[in-house]
Amino acid sequence: MSPALAQVVPLLGQVTIHNRTGGNASCVAQNKGFCLGWAIDNFDRYTTPLLNHLLLVLVSVAIGFTVAFAMALLSHNRRWLVPTFTGTTGVLYTIPSLAFIFLLLPITGLGWTTAIIVLSVYTLQIIYRNIVAGLANVPAESKEAGRGMGMTDRQLLWRVELPLALPEIIAGLRIATVSTVAIASLMVFANVNTLGGPLYQQIDFKTNIVIAGGLTILMAITFDLLLLLAQRLLAPWRRPPREVTV
Amino acid sequence: MNITPLHLAFLNTFTDAFNFIFHQQEARTGQTMVGGPHQVLHLTGQHLKVTFLALGAATAIALPAGVVLGHLRRGETFAIALGNAGRAVPELALIAFVAAFIGVGLGNVTIAFAVLGIPPILTNAYVGISQVDRNAVEAARGMGMRGLQIILRVELPLAVPTIMAGIRTGAVNIIATVALASLAGVSTLGDLILGRNVYGDQGVVAGAILIALLTLALELCLASLQWLLTPRGLKLARAGA
Amino acid sequence: MVTCHSRLRAAFAFLAAMVVAIGVAACGGGDNDNDTGTSGANSANLIKSNPANNGIQITVGSKNFTEEYILGNIYAQALQAAGYDVKTNLNLGSEVIAYKALQDGEISGYPEYTSTLLESIFGAKTVPADAQAAYAQAQQQLQPKGETAFAPTPFADANALGMLTSKANELGVTKISDLQGKSQDLNLYGSPECRERTDCLVGLQDVYGLQFKSFNPVDIGLRYTVLDKGQADASILFTSDAQLFANPDKYTLLQDDKHIFPAGNPIWVTDQSTVQTAGPDYQATIEKVQKGLTNAVMQELNARVDIDKQDPAAVATQYLKEDGYIQ
Repeated sequence: MSPALAQVVPLLGQVTIHNRTGGNASCVAQNKGFCLGWAIDNFDRYTTPLLNHLLLVLVSVAIGFTVAFAMALLSHNRRWLVPTFTGTTGVLYTIPSLAFIFLLLPITGLGWTTAIIVLSVYTLQIIYRNIVAGLANVPAESKEAGRGMGMTDRQLLWRVELPLALPEIIAGLRIATVSTVAIASLMVFANVNTLGGPLYQQIDFKTNIVIAGGLTILMAITFDLLLLLAQRLLAPWRRPPREVTV
Repeated sequence: MNITPLHLAFLNTFTDAFNFIFHQQEARTGQTMVGGPHQVLHLTGQHLKVTFLALGAATAIALPAGVVLGHLRRGETFAIALGNAGRAVPELALIAFVAAFIGVGLGNVTIAFAVLGIPPILTNAYVGISQVDRNAVEAARGMGMRGLQIILRVELPLAVPTIMAGIRTGAVNIIATVALASLAGVSTLGDLILGRNVYGDQGVVAGAILIALLTLALELCLASLQWLLTPRGLKLARAGA
Repeated sequence: MVTCHSRLRAAFAFLAAMVVAIGVAACGGGDNDNDTGTSGANSANLIKSNPANNGIQITVGSKNFTEEYILGNIYAQALQAAGYDVKTNLNLGSEVIAYKALQDGEISGYPEYTSTLLESIFGAKTVPADAQAAYAQAQQQLQPKGETAFAPTPFADANALGMLTSKANELGVTKISDLQGKSQDLNLYGSPECRERTDCLVGLQDVYGLQFKSFNPVDIGLRYTVLDKGQADASILFTSDAQLFANPDKYTLLQDDKHIFPAGNPIWVTDQSTVQTAGPDYQATIEKVQKGLTNAVMQELNARVDIDKQDPAAVATQYLKEDGYIQ
């Protein structure tokens, strides 16, 4: 028992009423900075939010990637579709995330569905743009060589163009995933208990903010490094392209 | 087509939301009137005030820094990495961090949201300035221009499109998140979104509609500003390209 | 290559900056008190598992603040001890969301304050001061809807206008009406929805005739922080808040001499069909397990969560063990 709680006043029922008016309050009671002891003892309280956060990010990016990939294939031989798709995904990207959640309230209510829709829609623009850019950057000689070997359009796409576009595609995936990890915190407002949940529930508790915020940033860094690794393994013949942030 | 009323029920909430914006009505909890142009304009004004303060602060810090770094062609690593790291900042953690460690209120909230605007503005200012054609800079030097003159009369005008793209990204980041100020001592349109008990679904959706429209309006204003600031020669070159 | 390394470095720099900025005040954990005062627990309180309840599913709901988390966990663990198959949904944002979840069948029941239920859900203009009278009035509203509620808890909670004692002394005020002529210089803080509620800002304006210098919305977790930092002159608090109990001299609650803050006792709101299928142990368990929840005990439990930063579920278990409801 910690010193602060040593003086015990028995009262009503059997529940021990502690006197907390002493000067030597515990670290968390003082709430002046990060309390390592509390963090170690209570780390399991962050397991569920962490897993929810992870699941939400994975599902949303997977859905976003699938849709963006389909759009890119659709517009590959129909160049006139590219401005339309770029414009549409661009407009969707500017819808503020909090507003987006509550615009969906009358349609899908609050919950995982709403959170997944919002997050996957945000990934469309960057993934789509990067796939298109990647395909456009494939050298003409490579395509010629493929054709020379008698490949059909479909074979050319899957065996030459997409593999050569892989660095750009993964670069897009990296940016999308990192942003999604950050925005997923806000999905607590859509009633999904991500790492934003502990933040929102105990907004005044410094240790909690450092843990929940730190875990979110760590998750973003981890995804970033994993995708970088994937890029190296899947496309070792090409250096990753210089990313343009604009 | 046979559409049952159930399928369109959600449209009623949107109708109610517009009704909330234009007409005062009794709060869900009764006894007091909420919504209507007076309250909506007040909250919108507050929302814009916080947005412009934060955007102003972010620009005042990030723009000169990015321009100077770009002019000197130094700190590329820092400028690019900052832009990338900026995307990883969880907004809710940021506002909670500022509220718990620094405090609430307009000044503190402005700091928090300025942090969201700084990375894209700085990175784009750096990229825009450092990518200005070397020949143009040399020509200016040949005409007798010096450091600050070159920045103001050659590099800045030529970099306007990139710089403004950064400011637009920063502005959208900020205005989209400013609603969270309602958790930290400053009324914004976030009051509507976070007050479902009293404003009802119509109030929450009205808040969401207003924030979305405000973001769109800000985007359009900044796009117009960009058009006005871009030198004519650059516009012609782009149109021709 | 450059991009990768620089980004990594920036990310770590960011983390490091965060850690440095807060100045790691690493202090050993000290809040793992193992209360052992259970030896004298009343064994008559013990909840017995009834095989008849096995397989009957009950979803316990609660709203998303400390007191509700604790109550939700107490009821969930007690019902589990009685043999029910219990699920929880303890993060329902507000009374509107929680009550709708009940109506939609997403939860079997949740604890709601009589005052909140009558005013916010059923639009009553006034709430009886007596707990039983308020409960009866709530029942009148719930029954026709196919819902019902169990008996109220011993403790009650209400909004209150609080300030630092130093500020109250400086102003020379003890009751809310004393603020007349002074409120125009005071900054008031409360939850975002306080602005529109009669048991909050609207009541202070209409009933007491007070105009404040400003009203500022904050997350309910920050209502004491703003007082402590001197940003708020007055803040809307809850009478069962742990902070009041831990620092009785630091904060002063002004007396509500015109009665705009109705006190409410939580009642378990549920639907009649669940009562039918769950059998008699459902009501009996809930009414039994809340008997120990007096004002003092509830403040203590709130303090364990809000001040000692323990997990609400663990605090609920401590309560059940200390009072001998479970072993």
